[in-house]
Amino acid sequence: MAIFKDGDMSSSDRSAWDRKRHRQLVEESIKKNLGDIIAEESIIGQSKDKKIKIPIKGIKEYQFIYGKNAGGTGSGEGQETKGQVIGKTNNGQPGLGQAGNNPGEDVYETEITMEELTNYLFEDLQLPDMERKKFALIESERKFKRSSFQRKGIPPHLNKKRTLTEKIKRQKMAQRNNEDSEEDELPDRIPFHENDLRYCRIKEDTRKHSNAVVICIMDTSGSMDQTKKYLARSFYFLLYQFVRWKYEHVEVAFIAHTTTAQEVNEQEFFHRGETGGTYISSGYEKALEIIEQRYNPASWNIYVFHCSDGDNWGEDNNKAVDLVKQLCNISNLFGYGEITTSMYNVNGSTIQKEYEKSISFDNFVIVTMKDKSDIWPAFRKLLDTESTSGGNR
Amino acid sequence: MSAYSMSELEYWNNKIEKLVRDAGLNCYEQHFEICSYEDMLCYEAYVGIPSHYPHWSFGKAYERQKTFYKYNLVGLPYEMVINSDPCIAYLMRDNTLLLHILTMAHVYGHNDFFKNNRLFKRDTRANLEMEMFKTHANRIREYIQDPSIGAEKVERILDAAHGLKFQISRNGVIKKAERKQLAEEENQPVPERLKGDLLAFLAVKGDLVEWERDLIQIVREETSYFIPQIETKIMNEGWASYWHYQFLNQLELPQGLHIEFLQRHNLVIRPHQGQLNPYFVGFKMFEYLDKQPGGREKIMDIRSEERDQSFIRRYLNQELCEKLHLFSYGIQGDDIVVTEVADEDGWKIVRDNLANSVGLGSIPMIQPIAVENGTLVLEHIYDQRELELNYAQETVKYVVDLWGGNVDLRTQINSDTKIISCSKDKTVTMHA
Repeated sequence: MAIFKDGDMSSSDRSAWDRKRHRQLVEESIKKNLGDIIAEESIIGQSKDKKIKIPIKGIKEYQFIYGKNAGGTGSGEGQETKGQVIGKTNNGQPGLGQAGNNPGEDVYETEITMEELTNYLFEDLQLPDMERKKFALIESERKFKRSSFQRKGIPPHLNKKRTLTEKIKRQKMAQRNNEDSEEDELPDRIPFHENDLRYCRIKEDTRKHSNAVVICIMDTSGSMDQTKKYLARSFYFLLYQFVRWKYEHVEVAFIAHTTTAQEVNEQEFFHRGETGGTYISSGYEKALEIIEQRYNPASWNIYVFHCSDGDNWGEDNNKAVDLVKQLCNISNLFGYGEITTSMYNVNGSTIQKEYEKSISFDNFVIVTMKDKSDIWPAFRKLLDTESTSGGNR
Repeated sequence: MSAYSMSELEYWNNKIEKLVRDAGLNCYEQHFEICSYEDMLCYEAYVGIPSHYPHWSFGKAYERQKTFYKYNLVGLPYEMVINSDPCIAYLMRDNTLLLHILTMAHVYGHNDFFKNNRLFKRDTRANLEMEMFKTHANRIREYIQDPSIGAEKVERILDAAHGLKFQISRNGVIKKAERKQLAEEENQPVPERLKGDLLAFLAVKGDLVEWERDLIQIVREETSYFIPQIETKIMNEGWASYWHYQFLNQLELPQGLHIEFLQRHNLVIRPHQGQLNPYFVGFKMFEYLDKQPGGREKIMDIRSEERDQSFIRRYLNQELCEKLHLFSYGIQGDDIVVTEVADEDGWKIVRDNLANSVGLGSIPMIQPIAVENGTLVLEHIYDQRELELNYAQETVKYVVDLWGGNVDLRTQINSDTKIISCSKDKTVTMHA
């Protein structure tokens, strides 16, 4: 006779440990694949709370297995004939003898928020702590602020007005009591009493003012084709996420330029396209204008980044170089990202050569991007420059 | 609450047990445990073993199964049954009464198979197995908690051993060597005894410390336990399906239950288009064989003596091949092409192809053949089927982990001999 046992209703979660470890390994794998993930078009320009789905390659458990030349045996409907093609190998069509011996891809769709993703991203950068502190010190501002009153305090904090108010209140009260009882005359003079004294409560205002501004300038001219714009946007997106991650309050200005420049909002910057010629200098002029109007270099850390394919109209080059110099003088970092998708100008465009030749500022950096695998290295190069020269203005 | 009571289960179980005895099946004592679907997922992840050592791959299996289940990509197995004495089976609480009856009948088929099949009798010790898993789990937990070892080092060895777990002896558990023989093997780079068992070879000859060797042995022993099940998948499922079908037909089920039974049964044994459903092939073969003169006695012998490979080679005849609409396929370019169908000319080829690819036949054999200047030389026993190279290149790294030096793997690609070399620092190259 068989024995029946009704299992415990309270389930013990015995796989918890192994699941946690697996999750850790998946996270490690996410970090390893970050370069690919950040270049996914779908995440560009997403807000920080939006959940995005990213495909994660599962942690593979490798074994020796047969490859696809192995073939196999299946059961059909009896209509099969020799030489009949019953499927394709690469589309992974299920149900055609693939499941059993195909290595397949364990692809998980993991949902993470943009914020989690940026955390992964920048943890991975392993920025030296030194640098972060330096910024924290610069950004923070200490102020003393009066807030409310207290009965005890030191003489310098005595608040005369409030103390007098208290004394008048006491005086009036005494008079009213006197009228009711109709007793002795009031004394002519009522002196200050210790209980009247009021002192200011002083609060240290530790609110940090991270007065940093990032100015993103993008060439949106006709020569910037879809691929190039996409690369530039990916790059800016990364930068923008980074800046937001690092500073709690940071202002970002977006400038799009062709032959003329225009300040645009985030949405427009990441999503719109334009056509036309190119005066790089127009973007720089606009940046200088914005700085002059809103961000005094004396109290703002200024970061300027410009992405272009370097396809500038010749007569504009000298002007552009001059303006770069001006911008370098007033900003912490000026980054120029050149996007070259074609093979023939591997050494950079005319304008890039001009920059290399005539600009010798420590805080000027040039990065080149050819395809999306370059985005992450370029970004790192930029940050390396920031940690050596940034903030030392 | 569920739509059945415990006493109903017992009532039907008693009727089934009687049929089991009348049919001449010979079972271990049967234990049923009713569990929730979460528990079922868990048992599934840990291959049914109640007490198993921890490793992330089981966490992965659990998550994966749970995701599939959540999106309705797979159903949970109706039942899970473990080769042990007493035989343990899990029944999922949410199942209907009929599913429980079907499952119980099915489980008795497996139970009988475990107890009587030659491979199980030879390579597993049903009364001790659960203890073995528990001891292994305890030992591994001790290593993990040992401050001089820790989880990370244990994981490194387990990862490697899991990657190579099927590279063990295919002809039953290899005998432990006598002391004298061990002394002789000391000086042989690749002792004869370990040639067909890469994992055992690495456990003995690899550059490892004692607890690392122990981990490899643990993985080896656990794999050995499962090998009879891998080698008899078609027979075992066919046998259990054939008997549940017999028993349920004899149970005189109420009409509603009977219709549900037929639906479920047909789902279980339906052919999977273009694939091979072991339930389908096994069921049809036993059904056919039982109908032959002297069939009942014959199938009892078959379930005792054969494994999938020999079962198919001996008993899959042309008639069955045609009835099951079997065909062989191969890859030409990007196309999957039918290469042989079950007709007069082709059925033998179809049969032999199938026989060669069942059980361990679906796993390439990699053997240690020599040690040259500290480099371990492995050979893939080539049978026209090539290795999947990406996987091979990654798996060779596991061999390096356990061997502790360079490893060369010889194989054939497009009929050319190729050598996949992995250096100690895990750089993999392929050359002729």
